[in-house]
Amino acid sequence: MSSLAAQEVSCGYGDRRVLESLSLAVRAGEVVSLLGPNGAGKTTLLRALARLLRPTHGTVLLDGGDIWHLGAGDLSRSVGLMPQSERRDWPLTVEESVQMGRAPHRGWLLPFNADDARVVDEALRNTALLDLRQRPITELSGGEWRRVILARALAQQARVLLLDEPIGGLDLRFQVEMLRLIRELAIREQLAVVLTLHDLNLAAVYSHRIALLSERTLIACGTPEEVLTAELVGRAFSVPVAVTRHPVYGTPLVVPMGDVPQGGGA
Amino acid sequence: MNRRGLCLVVLLALLAIVTVLSLGFGAVSIGPQRIVEILWAEHQSPRPPSDVTIVWELRLPRLLLACLVGCGLGAAGAGYQGLFRNPLADPFVIGASSGAALGATLAIVTGLNVAAPGLGTVPLAALVGALLAVAIVYSVASIGRDVPLLTLLLAGVAVSNFCIAVVSLLMFLHDEKLVTIFGWLMGSLSGRGWAVLHTTAPWILAGVAGLWLLARSLDALTFGEEAASALGLRLARLRAWVVLAASITTAAAVAAGGIIGFVGLVSPHIARLLVGARHAFVIPASGLVGALLLVVADDLARTVTAPAELPVGVVTALLGSPFFLVLLKTRERNPGRGV
Repeated sequence: MSSLAAQEVSCGYGDRRVLESLSLAVRAGEVVSLLGPNGAGKTTLLRALARLLRPTHGTVLLDGGDIWHLGAGDLSRSVGLMPQSERRDWPLTVEESVQMGRAPHRGWLLPFNADDARVVDEALRNTALLDLRQRPITELSGGEWRRVILARALAQQARVLLLDEPIGGLDLRFQVEMLRLIRELAIREQLAVVLTLHDLNLAAVYSHRIALLSERTLIACGTPEEVLTAELVGRAFSVPVAVTRHPVYGTPLVVPMGDVPQGGGA
Repeated sequence: MNRRGLCLVVLLALLAIVTVLSLGFGAVSIGPQRIVEILWAEHQSPRPPSDVTIVWELRLPRLLLACLVGCGLGAAGAGYQGLFRNPLADPFVIGASSGAALGATLAIVTGLNVAAPGLGTVPLAALVGALLAVAIVYSVASIGRDVPLLTLLLAGVAVSNFCIAVVSLLMFLHDEKLVTIFGWLMGSLSGRGWAVLHTTAPWILAGVAGLWLLARSLDALTFGEEAASALGLRLARLRAWVVLAASITTAAAVAAGGIIGFVGLVSPHIARLLVGARHAFVIPASGLVGALLLVVADDLARTVTAPAELPVGVVTALLGSPFFLVLLKTRERNPGRGV
């Protein structure tokens, strides 16, 4: 069973403090969503968890060991990251891009083998990309590109997945399918998943736990029912909300109640 | 074999054919059949026929050097384009050419005389100049153990401009040597024999092989530095290796042929059109395309205005620029493919 834990982590860029003494743990088999207003530090936290940013205080532990003591290879075999936006400067094909997820296992010199091909196929199938495997990535839509990046993270076979806005730019169908797939994989493959989202209601449906970030730290962390209350969400986002029940799943449904200017239209 | 492997084999075969045919061009024209005869036969006689001497002692080493230098420039261009994720990068992007120019100019104006086996004073000074310039750029740009790409690029521009300014100053002060300096700056393979080939070949081949070993790492860089590090790539180390391998290749190529532009810029683009974007194919394909381009350019350089010779660097620039524009135009119609 793997777990990733931030322990009293403080982060900043130069003099600007972004996170202060934040603790969060994610265990195998669960999806934890990071919610919070723009600039609350969601991406910064993911970067710290992925060892792309060294905390000024505190540590990040993978299975109890400090991630800063791991080799680059060990870390990349255990922790996969889907950054918020990625470049695609050369027209590698979809398949070649997903294959790069095997580099942490195969190294940077040896040719990929049949094992790698099997894992890549599986990742392509899980993300519905089999038909696009020969397409240059420069020709993909934004949503297809997000799926390629997820497929690459899956091919990495990391036990911990850190996904920064995995459904950013996806249409409704792929938002739902992506989150369903992530949750299914977390349960079936016992992955520990941390993701950032802007859609509170999808987070409520597909996460086991929700961490609400605001004012440089977690103001709540728990089940969707515990965290998505009118009081906490209103405080985090500085907008009045009402919370009701999802008509099908019974999960919390957050509805904003801001002032709506009247008039206009035809 | 897959399509891309086949593409490499075809390029190699094409290069071999063009090289053999090129042995026949020049002041004395030799037919393809006779060339094959000359290449295949043993020549033990103390006084071989003149066409044998022309092929073995004059044209063959020069053509092989063209292959080698073209290959080095093409592969180094692909390496730098991959590292900077920028299709405008070329082997001279961080100062190798201006460093070489300064080194060579200094050697010419001071009349320095330090020869290494196979390399005259001027090429040797060019080699040292190229390596020094890159080393200075790299150390200026490094912060701790890392070298941010943008800083590397900017330091390259600054050092290049400085070197070029000094070269201009030296040319101004020593106008009696203008022709010599100009002749060297424009790049030429004229009169190069086996000795130059023996001296530079190991460096160029080692550099190209080194770049090829970095191919998968360069692929990972396609996704940006954050994603590449999440895949376990050590960016600082990769940058150091790419710069080292590409600079050794470039410096040796410059020592052999002077500053030959455009081959290193254009070859990777043609290579990507032929074999796709994976660096494991792009790097060897760029090398082969570069070799092919330089052999053809050198053929033109020594035949178009015969018996006089054009500097091959002028030919590559004259042909390369319009060719590059055509490539850009094709890419407009076909976004996503190559370039």
